[in-house]
Amino acid sequence: MAKKNSRDRMSNEINAGSMADIAFLLLIFFLVTTTIVEDKGITVKLPPWSEEDPDITKLKTRNVFAVLVNAQNDLLVRGESMDIASLREKTKEFITNPAKREDLAEIPTKAIITLKNDRGTNYETYVSVYNELKAAYDELWDEMCLRKYGVKYSDDLPLAWRKSIKDEIPMVLSEAEPTNFGEEK
Amino acid sequence: MSKFSKGKKKSSPGINTASLPDIVFMLLFFFMVVTKLRDSELLVKVATPFATQLTKLEDKSLVNYLYIGRPVEKYRATYGTKPRLQLGDKFANINEIPIFLERFRVKIAEVQRSKITTSLRVDGQVTMGIVQDVKTELRKASQLKINYSAKKKPE
Repeated sequence: MAKKNSRDRMSNEINAGSMADIAFLLLIFFLVTTTIVEDKGITVKLPPWSEEDPDITKLKTRNVFAVLVNAQNDLLVRGESMDIASLREKTKEFITNPAKREDLAEIPTKAIITLKNDRGTNYETYVSVYNELKAAYDELWDEMCLRKYGVKYSDDLPLAWRKSIKDEIPMVLSEAEPTNFGEEK
Repeated sequence: MSKFSKGKKKSSPGINTASLPDIVFMLLFFFMVVTKLRDSELLVKVATPFATQLTKLEDKSLVNYLYIGRPVEKYRATYGTKPRLQLGDKFANINEIPIFLERFRVKIAEVQRSKITTSLRVDGQVTMGIVQDVKTELRKASQLKINYSAKKKPE
């Protein structure tokens, strides 16, 4: 009996019929444990830490686009209150200054956007403001890239192309230390 | 004539299941690739805000996560409702960030350390105070590449 079995084993193939069951078991395990996380977000490069405050007195007022978001989530842009919806267009107008106005940026390379918030500002509002400012630059890059190279701006473009565009419209967004209003107790 | 009689003779064959394991394995591999096993249980409620200018975080092994939000129901009695920071799987203070970053950094090959991104998963309804403190701490620890985690705004 035992002998016969061992001889059988030599000639037998491995039964693959249960393979599907094993695979299903693993599949169900992964199905249950999976959380397909959307790992997306707004990428930001923070400035290096330095003890002293940056000196912005040298800048001409016409080149500075000051955005303030207060603890009531209201927006103050260059001394006037504004709606988030119109922020993108205004920012683009400020950077490019198509009408060559006296109070907007001289050239895009000199344009500086400063963003300041209170400690009580809602994070959601802050992100949407930041998003609009970034969108303004993204749209300008897109437009310029289409004009120059016929394609939309993306990180897959050759480095030289990207550099030539960023040289003409550099993104300068400085964030000031927030003021202490509206902090949660 | 034979044409018609042939059709009648055909008996219904069983479905061949020999390729079933292949199909299942294919699905399995798909899920294995897209899966990110959650390494930490969330102690704070995080509902990230919506945005449009999103970039995708490419290499997940080079990303570390900071969670900021209000403690979930279970922990409210002990930790209150003020926004808190979560590092790994526990509540942490802001001054623990440098150690957390360093622990992550030593695990990454030296050439890739400059590519480490910190993903800030922050609840939309917290105030900027704590976020600002975290940002300052990140700057002090020279972890400058950060990502405000956000969801795509539905059209």
